[in-house]
Amino acid sequence: MAVNERIPGSEYLEKFPGGEVILAKSQDVFNWAKGASLWPLTFGLACCAIEMMTTGASHFDIDRFGSGVFRASPRQCDVMIIAGTICVKMQDSIKRLYDQMPEPKYVIAMGNCAISGGIFYHDSYSVVKGAEAVGIPVDVYVAGCPPRPENLLNGIIKLQEKIRSTKARVT
Amino acid sequence: METAIVSKSIQERFPDAIVETKPEWICLKKEIFTPVLQFLKTGHLAFINLHCITAVDRQGSVEVVYHLYSFEHKWMLTIKVILLDSDLTIDSLTSLWSAANWLEREVFDLFGVKFTGHPDLRRILNPDTWSEHPLRKDFKRDGFIPRPVR
Amino acid sequence: MDYEELIINMGPQHPSTHGVLYLELKLDGEIVVDCRPNIGYLHRSIEKIAENRTFVQFMPFTDRLDYLASMNNNLGFCLTMEKLLQIEAPARAQYLRVIMAELNRVASHLFAVSTFAQDLGAYATPLFYALRDREKIVQIFDQICGQRLTYNYMRIGGVSADIPVGVDQLIRDFIIYERQMMAEYDDLLTNNVIFRARSKMIGVLSKESAIDHGVTGPNLRASGFKWDLRKDEPYLMYDQFDFNVPVGKNGDSWDRYNVRMLEIMESLKIIEQALNGLPEGDPVAKINKAYRPTGEIYVRTENPRGELGFYVVGDGNPFPYRLKIRAPSFSNLSVLTSLIRGLNISDAVCVLGSLDVVMGEIDR
Repeated sequence: MAVNERIPGSEYLEKFPGGEVILAKSQDVFNWAKGASLWPLTFGLACCAIEMMTTGASHFDIDRFGSGVFRASPRQCDVMIIAGTICVKMQDSIKRLYDQMPEPKYVIAMGNCAISGGIFYHDSYSVVKGAEAVGIPVDVYVAGCPPRPENLLNGIIKLQEKIRSTKARVT
Repeated sequence: METAIVSKSIQERFPDAIVETKPEWICLKKEIFTPVLQFLKTGHLAFINLHCITAVDRQGSVEVVYHLYSFEHKWMLTIKVILLDSDLTIDSLTSLWSAANWLEREVFDLFGVKFTGHPDLRRILNPDTWSEHPLRKDFKRDGFIPRPVR
Repeated sequence: MDYEELIINMGPQHPSTHGVLYLELKLDGEIVVDCRPNIGYLHRSIEKIAENRTFVQFMPFTDRLDYLASMNNNLGFCLTMEKLLQIEAPARAQYLRVIMAELNRVASHLFAVSTFAQDLGAYATPLFYALRDREKIVQIFDQICGQRLTYNYMRIGGVSADIPVGVDQLIRDFIIYERQMMAEYDDLLTNNVIFRARSKMIGVLSKESAIDHGVTGPNLRASGFKWDLRKDEPYLMYDQFDFNVPVGKNGDSWDRYNVRMLEIMESLKIIEQALNGLPEGDPVAKINKAYRPTGEIYVRTENPRGELGFYVVGDGNPFPYRLKIRAPSFSNLSVLTSLIRGLNISDAVCVLGSLDVVMGEIDR
């Protein structure tokens, strides 16, 4: 098959004379593979969980971005989509789940409550004001109350772009 | 109207149980409160459904409010018992209605009212390590950000 | 050999617990000996927030209680405040409220039934079919009020805006479409041998036990007690519509599923009658918004999950002095311990799925 410019990712590939061989940097190939197969953790807490399930359903279909495989165990996941309000009783569990995920791991904060506490910021004694207050570094913030499914897909695309622009680590 | 009928029935049976009767609610005395509710449940009025237990903090006293419902007559009855801040205990109703189990735990958690005779009185909504009761009007805790007044 | 009982955490994060519910199970092999539900992992202190918000500002918080039936929660709060303040909404607003509440009931029951099937092992197909149908309803709501999940559509004294031109034809098309699709669900689930074997006579809730625990809604009707607030204590316009109230026989999980499926058909009938009788007029609320009520009131309405009650105490300020929300799922969940003693874990998951609880309103 001849390599031509209409293939996605063709900026990473180099044509080789004679055909049948393509050359790319391993960093680019690994980043592309990591971004295109992000498996999320089923972590719906509140109302945003319903929009996350709707994104996984057939009308909006998160599976075409590679993220259709939702796993319940944190040991098998790449990305944790925190969807919903984080409350005082739940924050130890969230920290433990984040620590149990293996590297490389990413976090998407979905919804206003996961970003900063949302409408429960004032006058509430039992809501933690955002995922960052628990001690979890967040990669992508998806705002909305609840965010539309298209917005969550936009967040996943942004995360894929972020992964593709990281440098390889020397291990 | 129905509150007046119920109030008259209670008055015939237990002459000194009622403190005050209004069209919306009946206020009972704390000491004779459980036999009155047993009469309401098993007597001819048939208030077999305990709908809700809640409390209101009146800054000096706590009113415990019970909402009972009768399917036969289609009446909703509100009963109040006033407890002073110095003695926040009252009898538990778990022997009459199983619905009272979780509802009383919630009132204990949020207001600090102790229900004697409850099989498992511990906090239900807040963490077990807390010592404050959040819905009191004088509640203070770190991290509580009040809404700015404009 | 020595046998011991095992204590297992069916933890706050679990694919089958429908939200953040923590069950401590004591097991003997695979049989559940005892169970202790712990709740409070989504306690957002909405009742404390209410003491510092005006009644109009509190309306978005009622959406987030039972987030699958936001229109019904809005309706409950509006009816409570209208009875306390003794104001009445215009006739067109009453009909629109009925249409929105019943559409939301259909959406909520579809979601509940398909996640129940997902717990039993039908992992994707019923869920995708139900979400496909629910997507049509949600797009109708999107056209009406701009939101897909938490609508904030109703106001004290009416609704916030009239429906746009063409939406009533969309609703009529949806009713025709949904009546055809219900045959698909009957093929997939109701007449399915495995589904019936897994849910018949599992988690039998007797009528006396249900009334004793304060269970309401489809769970109570499945146990054989015919009680629906829309028929027995009608509010809005429900006494002018012609619909049945389905009742189950045994009180097992299959009955709870079947009552919900039949209620979807009844709701479609109500929506059709309401659309045909929709009067002209202006449904938007036009009342002075500086409410300062005194006194107290307790009003219940029929939610898809049971009877939602609001207890409001006012003292002349624009904020409520105390606002208590009586959530139907709170009482429905308290029955779980007595239902799953002696069952396998997989049957315990089936019972929890059939009770249809939403953690947002249990924890408030």
